[in-house]
Amino acid sequence: MATLEIKDLHVSVNTDEGSKEILKGVDLTIKAGETHAIMGPNGSGKSTLSYAIAGHPKYDVTSGTVLLDGENVLDMTVDERARAGLFLAMQYPVEVPGVSMSNFLRTAATAVRGEAPKLRHWVKEVKEAMSELDIDPAFAERSVNEGFSGGEKKRHEILQLGLLKPKVAILDETDSGLDVDALRVVSEGVNRYKQSGDVGVMLITHYTRILKYISPDFVHVFAGGRIAESGGPELADQLEAEGYVKYIGKPEAAGIA
Amino acid sequence: MAVTTDQEQHGLTAHSHGAGAPISSRADHFTSFDVNAFEVPGGREEIWRFTPMKRLANLHNGAEATGTANVEVNAPDGVTVETVARGDERLGVAGTPGDRVAAQAWSSFTEATVVTLPGDAKSEPTTITVTGAGEGQVAYGHLHVHAKQFAEAVVVIDHRGSGAYADNVEFVVGDGAHLTVVAIQDWADDAVHVSSHHAKLGRDASFKHTVITLGGNVVRLTPVVTYTGRGGDAELLGLYFADAGQHLEHRTFIDHSASNCRSNVVYKGALQGEDAHTVWIGDVLIRAAAEGTETFELNRNLVLTDGARADSVPNLEIETGEIEGAGHASATGRFDDEQLFYLQARGIPEDQARRLVVRGFFHEILLKIAVPEVRERLEAAIEAELEAVGV
Repeated sequence: MATLEIKDLHVSVNTDEGSKEILKGVDLTIKAGETHAIMGPNGSGKSTLSYAIAGHPKYDVTSGTVLLDGENVLDMTVDERARAGLFLAMQYPVEVPGVSMSNFLRTAATAVRGEAPKLRHWVKEVKEAMSELDIDPAFAERSVNEGFSGGEKKRHEILQLGLLKPKVAILDETDSGLDVDALRVVSEGVNRYKQSGDVGVMLITHYTRILKYISPDFVHVFAGGRIAESGGPELADQLEAEGYVKYIGKPEAAGIA
Repeated sequence: MAVTTDQEQHGLTAHSHGAGAPISSRADHFTSFDVNAFEVPGGREEIWRFTPMKRLANLHNGAEATGTANVEVNAPDGVTVETVARGDERLGVAGTPGDRVAAQAWSSFTEATVVTLPGDAKSEPTTITVTGAGEGQVAYGHLHVHAKQFAEAVVVIDHRGSGAYADNVEFVVGDGAHLTVVAIQDWADDAVHVSSHHAKLGRDASFKHTVITLGGNVVRLTPVVTYTGRGGDAELLGLYFADAGQHLEHRTFIDHSASNCRSNVVYKGALQGEDAHTVWIGDVLIRAAAEGTETFELNRNLVLTDGARADSVPNLEIETGEIEGAGHASATGRFDDEQLFYLQARGIPEDQARRLVVRGFFHEILLKIAVPEVRERLEAAIEAELEAVGV
């Protein structure tokens, strides 16, 4: 049973003007089988939370802990975190020219699984996973994310999610920029991953619409660098109706929104 | 007509457009077979300003030959290989030396190698291995490659060994001929190599010229392409990898003087280590008569460590408005940490991720190397370079 525990996490970002604190004490525990929606206004620190957990070098963890099954994730390099079972589906997947998608996927799968997947099974596995996400097989020979549309990039993030089968997946605004069809296809991909085992999902989103496809067990409102309120799915309905005004109206959040 | 210019890229800096530099047309560039017609360059001259003159073993200042480079040609049936004396009338037809070292080489070589590729036929690859005269030695050479009308041939020129070496290499590409050249500079650490390549393309000739420069203390290569008839097509590819202390310089010049010709120049380099220095100068001149020209040139440099420097200067001169298209792009960037993060976030260890990115950077050039053995050797060499610095 995988558990991701985030305790009193403080994170600063390094900018040209110096260091600026973005996360101001985040507490959150995600257990296997649970889907947590993190919702919040722009600039509230949602993406920072995801990048800090994944270990992006731009972010400094100034205090707090992140444990995956009791192991301190913050002591690990970026790739060690991924191999330990963390996955971040990025809001803006990076283009890597000259590296084919198929080479990339196989290299990643080899690293995460600890051994190279048998070629015959692998080809079939990738083909099926691509077909489930309505990805044209020709993409396998294209450079990683290069020249992909926003929707194509997101489909490929979910493709990686399915192939790498992490213990805990963080989906950073995977829904943003998707049309209705793509949103449905991508959501189905996430749901297949959820059903594939005892996995935890942190679903970061600005909008409620993806929650119609992926049902959360918990909804957290993120504002001012911390979780401002937690509840069940009904909290999403409340946000749908009222927006974030209640949260960004808070004095300490005003400067960040 | 379409003229494109820089394509800005994430994490890359655009090249300057030579603002402040003296403007002189490439058409006025001085050439001569007479070494004395050139002044001894001091290093401030436009064409020498990037070159470390002190490390040239006096090739620019009258150094006499103390040895000879060994030239070994491995040619298939049908290809003629001759060793000829100075004064053979075939020599010097593809181009005239454009700097003092090239003129010195022309004045100093004692015998030349002439390789003739049969017309109307497809030949297996010919390999010419040039081995330097040895450490502390100076040698001059001359190589003449003639692809006759409708020839279809591949020539690999493999430079290795030690010493200082200056030479002129001629490529006469007959009407309708297809000539593919791969020139590898894989010298020992002490070597100094200053080389001019002169390619003369006939009507509808196709010339693919790939330069791979990995080893040597100083390597300065000047490929020049001229067209004698319409329909000529030149593709110049380059791949270089400079380590600490190495100076690798490539100066391409495409002289579009005939109509309806094409040229495409793509040079890519990686640099690592203290005082690794690369220079790419890409001159393209579209003369008034060269209507319907289509040309593009691109240079990209990937700086892997601190202390390395890449200079990149594209120059495009257009004397007619009646062209198909012309453009250039140049950028030098540091290793992209976002790419590294992305690959690592998928579990790929850092060293492996770095290699993937560098290999990816060179991929488009490697892909175009038509000789599998050369491609494999090159891939292995790039791996070795990356291992050396521990990335």
